[in-house]
Amino acid sequence: MKTRKNTYSKIILYVGLIFITAISCERDLSDDAEFATYPTTPDIFIDGFVGGLDYFPFGGSFAEAFSVETEETYLGSASMRFDIPQFGVSYGGATFPSTGPRDLSGYDALTFWAKASQGADINEIGFGINGDTNNKFQVTLQNLPLTTNWAKYVIAIPDASKLNQEKGMFWYAEGAENQFDEGGYTFWIDELRFEKLGTIGQPQPAILNGVDEVQQTFVDTNITLSGLTQTQNLGSGQNQTVSVAPSYFEFTSSDVDVAIVNELGVVSVVGTGTATITATLGNVAANGSLTIESTGALATAPTPTLPAANVISIFSNAYNDVPVDFFNAGWTGSTTETTDINSGGNDIKYYTQNNFVGIGFENPTVDASAMTHMHIDIYTDDVINGNFEIQIRDRGANGVINSDNNGFPTEDDADLRYSVNSLPQGQWTSIDIPLSGNIASQKNNLALLVFVGGVPNFYVDNIYFYN
Amino acid sequence: MNNKNKNKSGLVKGVFLSLMVVLFLTTTNCSTDESQTVANFTTLVMSDEFNTDGAPDNSKWNYEIGTGNNGWGNNELQYYTDRTENVKVENGYLLITANQEDFNGSSYTSARITTQGKFEQAYGRFEARIRLPYGKGLWPAFWLLGNDCETNIWPQCGEIDIMEYLGDNPTTIFGSAHGPGYSAGEAVTKDYVLENGRYDTGFHVFGIEWGPGYINYYVDDALYQTITPEDTPGEWVFDHPFYIILNVAVGGNFPGSPNDETVFPQTMLVDYVRVYQQQ
Repeated sequence: MKTRKNTYSKIILYVGLIFITAISCERDLSDDAEFATYPTTPDIFIDGFVGGLDYFPFGGSFAEAFSVETEETYLGSASMRFDIPQFGVSYGGATFPSTGPRDLSGYDALTFWAKASQGADINEIGFGINGDTNNKFQVTLQNLPLTTNWAKYVIAIPDASKLNQEKGMFWYAEGAENQFDEGGYTFWIDELRFEKLGTIGQPQPAILNGVDEVQQTFVDTNITLSGLTQTQNLGSGQNQTVSVAPSYFEFTSSDVDVAIVNELGVVSVVGTGTATITATLGNVAANGSLTIESTGALATAPTPTLPAANVISIFSNAYNDVPVDFFNAGWTGSTTETTDINSGGNDIKYYTQNNFVGIGFENPTVDASAMTHMHIDIYTDDVINGNFEIQIRDRGANGVINSDNNGFPTEDDADLRYSVNSLPQGQWTSIDIPLSGNIASQKNNLALLVFVGGVPNFYVDNIYFYN
Repeated sequence: MNNKNKNKSGLVKGVFLSLMVVLFLTTTNCSTDESQTVANFTTLVMSDEFNTDGAPDNSKWNYEIGTGNNGWGNNELQYYTDRTENVKVENGYLLITANQEDFNGSSYTSARITTQGKFEQAYGRFEARIRLPYGKGLWPAFWLLGNDCETNIWPQCGEIDIMEYLGDNPTTIFGSAHGPGYSAGEAVTKDYVLENGRYDTGFHVFGIEWGPGYINYYVDDALYQTITPEDTPGEWVFDHPFYIILNVAVGGNFPGSPNDETVFPQTMLVDYVRVYQQQ
């Protein structure tokens, strides 16, 4: 009880400090203005939560995944235990925010000891999930391998100077992604804290995964920069790459009359011409850039007119869309990049360097039993070479997409392959595909669309099933 | 800026020396060797502060060019040149830079400079303040070779490695002595690990204090190894003049080849090299 009281009084104090700071920000800061300071408490979980922590399981996750363990510990009397459910049941995922902001700017890493009941990769683990700031400084380490022995793990902070009032202490998401992925096991984390290791160096930040991209685009389009990463060399000599939120970067446009970029990495094309977007993280120039070649205004696709009752929409501003897992499956061998574009308030997907790419919607699948057609609008400036193929896949009742090595359906799956041999340049083409052939009688578990070949660069809008 | 550095290093040196005395006292207390003596190497006999931009001072330094025999005996991958792309003095530092480029049949270039025939000395305090490069395959070193290697074939002529480092292990350096019966993989060697730092993000002083019958190895103000004739399984070959070598090797038997993550160019920065004699 006593601890609780202390925590609350601290919170009130912090709120007061935030208020004072906010007032100060109304005016220009005077030279001797001092920012509020927050506790530098490094510990998160040692033998219990330290310094006031909350536990928020993610929506849809297995709520009992986390518990405090007293049998299996690395050091001391308790550790954090995570029970990851079997495939198909749910997943484990939660954030552990501090009840009040902490000043982490003096540290360079989140560290912990961990082991698992079997060899396992934690899908995502990191810090910086903070509802107050919309996860402004989120850091994600993907596929962290754990062994069955206790070992120490390090997640390097991309730029600690940004974290002078951070609540997002720790978060994770781990589940069986398919029937072959590990599930039904336990992992433990102990001695979870921020540290100043001093052994982390050689930052190599990147935008667009370090690639220098050129995009032909149009006035009024918004492009969200993706592939934002920080790579640092750990004391072990190994490079570690984490996905980082855009607010760690400073973005610059070479010509603000053509394109501007905000602190969230959203590029807005405002004029005709060429501009290059570059970035720095902690004063280190990031690899990768985006060169915008703006040729004027993009025509909009025809606005759908069907009543919503006749439509199951995958991607359209005219309807409420079903949940989509991904617009780019990222399959091995795929060269395709996907960019979100907002042109005059209308969302469009822009696919570049496409050879093959998948759009997935398995949570849940689409029951199109009552639908007769699929609609899609496509715009390209490329000359079509061969056929542009659209595949519509039904995954059947077994809950899994089954394909052979060439991508053809196996087991209880069925698909429809529809070839487009003409896509006029510089205009929107509306395509309506009858749900016939192999999926005429099996379209109650539609799960995947695939675009193959034909044109490398194209815009897509208004994907929906209808009758 | 240079003045500041000098003042700082002067201070460090003061601390360094007094610590050495303390360390020595500690050592003698637990040492079986009563005859060990401490020397005050305070007379500066050679230094290069690298304050003149351009090529290294040719009154002190020679270049070694090419690939030696079998990549300098280690299957090293670099071609050493005297070009400014690989070696120059700039802004108060000597820069030895390893580049990835096709050059005379090699895939990498770098540089190796020595004081052979220009400065050779037996005994003394040899030290350099260095910031190291990083990445798999990088193998920089600050070391000494006996000046008689042309007649007394290595390892009979002796080798003292004041600092060796592998770029994929950025917190660790090695100090070694090579002689007959204890060379290459069998050398007398010890590593020194930075617990809260790394050698490629800041400067560190690497040094030895070398006298008759002992070589003491230091990083900054820490003594981490003493080698005496009792420690060498073969003949003690460290009583004649040696010369200094600074180089950045790429690849070879010891470090292995660079990999996809190795970033080029990589530069070793040397703030100074100083040699002191006993008073």
